Amino acid sequence: MSLSIFFQNLINAISLGFLFALIAIGYTMVYGVLRLINFAHGDIFMMAAFFVFYTMTIFSLPWGIACLVAIVLTMLLGLSVERVAYRPLRNAPRISSLCSAIGVSFLLENFAVVVFGGRPKSFYCPEFFTKTFILGGVRVLGINFVTPLVSIVFLSLLSYLVYRTKNGLAMRAISKDFDTARLMGINIDRTISFTFMIGSGLAAVGAILWASRYPQIWPFMGVFPGWRAFTAAIIGGIGSIRGAMVGGFLVGFISIMLVAFLPELAGYKDAFIFIALILVLLFKPEGLFGEE
Amino acid sequence: MSILKADHLTIRFGGLTAVSDFYLDLEEGELVGLIGPNGAGKTTVFNMITGVYHPTQGEIYFRDQKITRQSVDKITALGIARTFQNIRLFANLSVIENVMIACHLRIKSSVLSAAFGLPSYLQEENYIREEAEKLLKEVKLENFKNYVAGGLPYGEQRKLEIARALATHPKLLLLDEPAAGMNPQETKELMAFILEIQEKYKLTIILIEHDMKVVMGICKRILVLDYGKTIAEGNPEEIQHNPEVIKAYLGVEANYA
Repeated sequence: MSLSIFFQNLINAISLGFLFALIAIGYTMVYGVLRLINFAHGDIFMMAAFFVFYTMTIFSLPWGIACLVAIVLTMLLGLSVERVAYRPLRNAPRISSLCSAIGVSFLLENFAVVVFGGRPKSFYCPEFFTKTFILGGVRVLGINFVTPLVSIVFLSLLSYLVYRTKNGLAMRAISKDFDTARLMGINIDRTISFTFMIGSGLAAVGAILWASRYPQIWPFMGVFPGWRAFTAAIIGGIGSIRGAMVGGFLVGFISIMLVAFLPELAGYKDAFIFIALILVLLFKPEGLFGEE
Repeated sequence: MSILKADHLTIRFGGLTAVSDFYLDLEEGELVGLIGPNGAGKTTVFNMITGVYHPTQGEIYFRDQKITRQSVDKITALGIARTFQNIRLFANLSVIENVMIACHLRIKSSVLSAAFGLPSYLQEENYIREEAEKLLKEVKLENFKNYVAGGLPYGEQRKLEIARALATHPKLLLLDEPAAGMNPQETKELMAFILEIQEKYKLTIILIEHDMKVVMGICKRILVLDYGKTIAEGNPEEIQHNPEVIKAYLGVEANYA
C-alpha cells in the first residue's frame, strides 16, 4: 500500500472514529445516570436524519437551518422517549426498562417504515462535502474535513458542559450516587431529561454527518451504527465519556483499516469489532476507562 | 416555634413495622439526640423526614407546612439536610465539587443559559465556587479543596459531609452517627464543632449517635427507640436512669458511668 493511500485511509478512520464517538457518548451518558442501555439511541439517530430530510422537503428550508431544526427536534424526541418509556419505570426492576428500551427501538423503526416508507431516500448535503481535494497526493473528501472539525467543536462543548457547569456536576453526582444527589437538592428528573437531550443532540449531529458521508437514509440506518457505537462505549468503559471517545476511535479504525489492509476480510468488519468487544470484556471487563 | 413535627409516623416494609407511632415536636434551636440499639429504626426516621421513605401512616410538618410525600429535592430545598452513617461523599469528585453540588439549589439559571454559557449563568457559577470556598474555610478544609474527596482522612471526610450538608443552607440538620469510627480526640473536636455550627448557622439538630459521651454531652433532650417504638424521652439524666432504656441497652449505662 502506498503512503498516500495509507494516509487516505487514516483520514477516513479518524473521521469515522469521530462519528462513532459522537454516537457512543449518548449511550455512555444515559448509562451513567440511569444504569440503562438506551437501545433506542440508534433509532433516535435515524430519526434525526429524517428530520433533516423532511424539514427540507416539506418546509423547503435551507440545509443549515434544517440541520438546526433537526437537532432541536431530536433533542425533544430523546426527552419524550425518556418521559414516556423510562421515567415511569424508574423504580421498576432494571430488566423492565431494558425491555422498554428495545420496545421503543422497534417502535421508532416501524414507525419510520410506515410513515417515511422503507425505500432509501437520498440525503442532500452541501457540494463541498462530496468534493475531492488532493493534498500532497492524498485524496480527501470534503466531509472528512468537516466531520473532525464539527465533532471537535461539539465534543469540547460537551466537556465544558459536563466538567465545568453545575448541570454537568449534577449529572456526575447522579451517576456516582443517585440517592445522595437527591438529598443535595438536585432535581433528578430535570437532570436526566437534560442528559437525554444532550445525548440525542449529539446523535443528531452524528446522523447529519453520517448521512452526508453515506448519503442514503432509511428506517434501519441506525441499527448498525448504533450497535457499533454501543460496542465502542463498552470497549471504552460504559459510563465514561472519555472512554466513549476512545472506543469510538478504536471502532472507526478497525472498520477502515481492516478493509484497507485485509480487503479479503472486509465482509467480516463487524465480526472484528465484536471480537474486540469480547477481548475487552474478557480481559478488562470494566472497559478501557471504566470504573471497577 | 415548632420547626418539625413528626405526627405519629408509622412505616411498614411488608410485614415488618420498622417504626411505629413516632412522635416528635421539635422547637427551633433544639439539639435532640435519637438513640437506640442497632435496627431500632433511627435511620428510618431520618429517611422519612428527608422524604426518601414515605411513612405508611402519619404526617410530617416542617415549619407548619406538610411535607409528607414531597420529593426529596424539594424537602432539601425547604431546609432539611442530613449526613450519613456510612459516609456518602461523591468519592471521585474533588472536595470543592462535593460542596458545590450542594450549592445548586440556590442557582436559578436554566439548562439553556448553561448550554449557551450566558453571563448570568457564569456569574452564578462563580458565586457558588466562592460560597463553597468560604464554607470549606470555615470547616478548615480549604487546603484540601482540590483533593479527591475519597482520599481524605476519615475524620475530615465526616467534616466535609457536614460542610456539604451546610451548603444547602439547612434550618434542620440531621446527623447520622457523626462520631462513628472517630478516636476520642476527634470525637471531642466533633462535639465542639457541632455546637459551633449550631450557634453560627442557627441550626436545629437531630443527632443519631451510639457514643453516649457525645449524646449525653451535647443533647438537652433525648429520645430512645427500640424495635421502632419510642421507649423513653427526657433529658440525659432521666434517660440514664430509665429502667426501660437500661434494659434495651443491656449495660451500656454501666459503661457510661
